[in-house]
Amino acid sequence: MRCRKCPKRAVLGLTRHNTAFCGDCLTDFVRTQVQRAIKAQRMFSPEDRILVAVSGGKDSLTLWEILLKLGYRVDALYVDLGIPGYSSRSKEKVEQFAKVVAEPCGSQLTIHTVEEDAGAGIKELANMIKRPTCSACGTIKRYQFNRVAWQNHYQVMATGHNLDDEAARLLGNVLQWQEEYLQKQSPNLPASVEGFAKKVKPLYRMTEREIAAYAVVNRIDYLVEECPMAKGAKMLVYKDALNRLEAESPGTKQRFYWGFLDRQEKSSSVAPSMSEIDQTTLQPCTVCSQPTTAGTCSFCRMMARAKTAVK
Amino acid sequence: MKVHLSHPTRDVVLQGPKRVADIFKELDLIPEAFLIIRGQDLMTEDETVADGDSIEIRPVISGG
Ligand code: SF4
Ligand SMILES: [Zn+2]
Ligand SMILES: [Zn+2]
Repeated sequence: MRCRKCPKRAVLGLTRHNTAFCGDCLTDFVRTQVQRAIKAQRMFSPEDRILVAVSGGKDSLTLWEILLKLGYRVDALYVDLGIPGYSSRSKEKVEQFAKVVAEPCGSQLTIHTVEEDAGAGIKELANMIKRPTCSACGTIKRYQFNRVAWQNHYQVMATGHNLDDEAARLLGNVLQWQEEYLQKQSPNLPASVEGFAKKVKPLYRMTEREIAAYAVVNRIDYLVEECPMAKGAKMLVYKDALNRLEAESPGTKQRFYWGFLDRQEKSSSVAPSMSEIDQTTLQPCTVCSQPTTAGTCSFCRMMARAKTAVK
Repeated sequence: MKVHLSHPTRDVVLQGPKRVADIFKELDLIPEAFLIIRGQDLMTEDETVADGDSIEIRPVISGG
């Protein structure tokens, strides 16, 4: 197979666009798509300071690399969850990338270690408060991401969610008719009351396969291994179903998610925006003063429960 | 040919030469969920893997 843009050998076929690219043209294509996503959704400008959440996996490291290559002012946050084996291997990938790729561009890595903060890794912490590990993990990662962005005056928080992630989440939300979650499925959630930076997903136009291919072509050394807690996750079932549909009818995933975004945009002039809803319901947490809908935020409540469980 | 797979990590041996598309079929894998890597290079579905080659079939789907 030949590249459709130049005479070189293709390294990836993109059936949803009925095309194929060599390594260089794939790199151009992906960066152009990300830049288009940033512009189309008015995510940020070259002056904004961006904090990207990195895990050591392909999506977040690729996002960090692309934003650097596009010339944005971006730093990264890694949360060390303290999962035996997996956490040290993922941290190693992140630190290696920071040293070799990011720091020479003047980009900084912040590491937050759950064990230092909470006295236990995520698994023990979740056990103590009798919550599923992934739900406790989500609370901690969201909280620390917000906190670091807030304390260090980042205007934008970026995550590596891709088209497959968003299409799978949309499928899950539609299957259960979780309408309140549908509202939050935009790749650009505005900053709400003071303390919450805006949240963006610049990779929402790229499939997981395209991102992984970009990472291989550009020698981004990411961790292929998955978090051991992710086994049997519902998301994987949705992603598999969507990929089977995609095989039969290329472009299904993008028609599904982008079509949803188009509809959402059309109706948003009528419905109150997310930030309007947040403004009326969020207030500072009584313990840490980060914005929350409850008196004390879910992170501080979780930490309080963990403390009493220890005694 | 030697084929390296992940989740869980394992190696299988297949008779070569074989086209990438046929390897997917033989192992009952959806191409959309994997990349084929030989050395450091990606391979497209129409390319042929020789009997003496080692390739990696790398999953691209994450659970998060
Ligand atoms: S799989 Fe669960 S525990 Fe692992 S990183 Fe994701 S949310 Fe956290
Ligand atoms: Zn080319
Ligand atoms: Zn709090």
